[in-house]
Amino acid sequence: MSEPLLQAVDLECERDARLLFQNLSFSILPGTVTRVEGPNGTGKTTLLRILAGLNDAWSGELLWCGQARHQNRESFLRNTLYIGHRPGIKPLLTPLENLRALMAPRQPVPDQVLLQALAGTGLAGYEHVPCRNLSAGQQRRVALARLLIADEPLWLLDEVFTAIDAAGVQAIEALLQQRAAEGGAVLVTTHHDLDLPGMKRITLGGEVNHER
Amino acid sequence: MNAEVRPVIKPATASVGTLAAMLAVFSRDVRVAFRQRQDLLNPLLFFIMVVTLFPLGVSPEVAFLKQSGAGILWVAALLSVLLSLDHLFRHDFDDGTLEQLILQPQPLFLLILAKTAAHWVLTGLPLVLLAPVLGVMVHLDGNSIAILCLTLLIGTPVLSLVGAIGAALTLGLRSAGVLLSLLIIPLYIPVLIFGTGTVAAAAEGAPVAGYVALMGAFLMLAVTLAPFAAAAALRISLSNS
Repeated sequence: MSEPLLQAVDLECERDARLLFQNLSFSILPGTVTRVEGPNGTGKTTLLRILAGLNDAWSGELLWCGQARHQNRESFLRNTLYIGHRPGIKPLLTPLENLRALMAPRQPVPDQVLLQALAGTGLAGYEHVPCRNLSAGQQRRVALARLLIADEPLWLLDEVFTAIDAAGVQAIEALLQQRAAEGGAVLVTTHHDLDLPGMKRITLGGEVNHER
Repeated sequence: MNAEVRPVIKPATASVGTLAAMLAVFSRDVRVAFRQRQDLLNPLLFFIMVVTLFPLGVSPEVAFLKQSGAGILWVAALLSVLLSLDHLFRHDFDDGTLEQLILQPQPLFLLILAKTAAHWVLTGLPLVLLAPVLGVMVHLDGNSIAILCLTLLIGTPVLSLVGAIGAALTLGLRSAGVLLSLLIIPLYIPVLIFGTGTVAAAAEGAPVAGYVALMGAFLMLAVTLAPFAAAAALRISLSNS
């Protein structure tokens, strides 16, 4: 077995005086796709934000590559890709400019690679159109173009299939599987019926939180 | 599990330099601002209007304007910076850019310093450049105008930096505008007092080096401390959203 990338020990989170989850422990291994599931309001997004380092209202322990995450923050941030509900796409900028601005602080890549990634998500011909003129699904695709070039071993994807058409959903599923086969780790939340071979699940909500 | 060796993507160890990341943040903000020019013009128009309305509303006499001109310009500049502060993080918060900014591997306070610098270049600097024209309009003499511009040049970055703390703190709130003004105005008062005081001293022919040095100290203090406070405030605001 390889060493887990991210390990959660006894995670507990309370929001608005309501216990979302407690005693939640799991590890995310390289080469796996993990789906966080549960009904609305059970804390899927909150869990992802906690794992990404955006939410500080939790107790328990988070280990990055075997060390406490806060001691290893720079390495953790550099190697974790988080794409949330609001993916950081500026409506006034073009897809190319958006991608360039998002990639620059992490992994500078030449424009040619960015253009290829945009073409790979079906945005060829839209590279220089301001994002506010694109449809919701197309804007989402701009953010997902990052997945085609990202070198981060851990991906945290929140509602990644929102506003994406059927062909796009298939392409993303294939991409996630390929990523796992290459040795990356992916954690997704989705209401879409995602069932990949070998997929792990973390179920939230109900009395007991467990990992299967 | 069988014993086959599975590939593992090794975590990257090197990050992009902080300066390059700051530059990327700065240039994106400038680019976005130029795509939405009316937002840029808004504080400038406000500045011009307040300064032109004073002679009409109070008194167009040369003696009055000479005496109060510097004060009018300073107050108008202060208020127009305040007017633009709400936009500093709001749009980024709404579209998720701020989340991505916090998750960058570089120190957050330096990225925020870059953002604040962009804010100053887009709002404070145009005010400083406009000030001489409006200074002539309110009958300030050449020496006073030069000193006024100097104080604005040192003072407006302080306004942007201190304002960033307030903007970050009030980010997740609904009635952010009122609270922002209440939080920030008291912190702006020393800058205003020393800014107008410097011009008044210059008009009387007194030495201004001491005043200017004090304003420089304000600026240094703001540059070194405000980004830390704003970064901490941003983390809290985003953690609660």
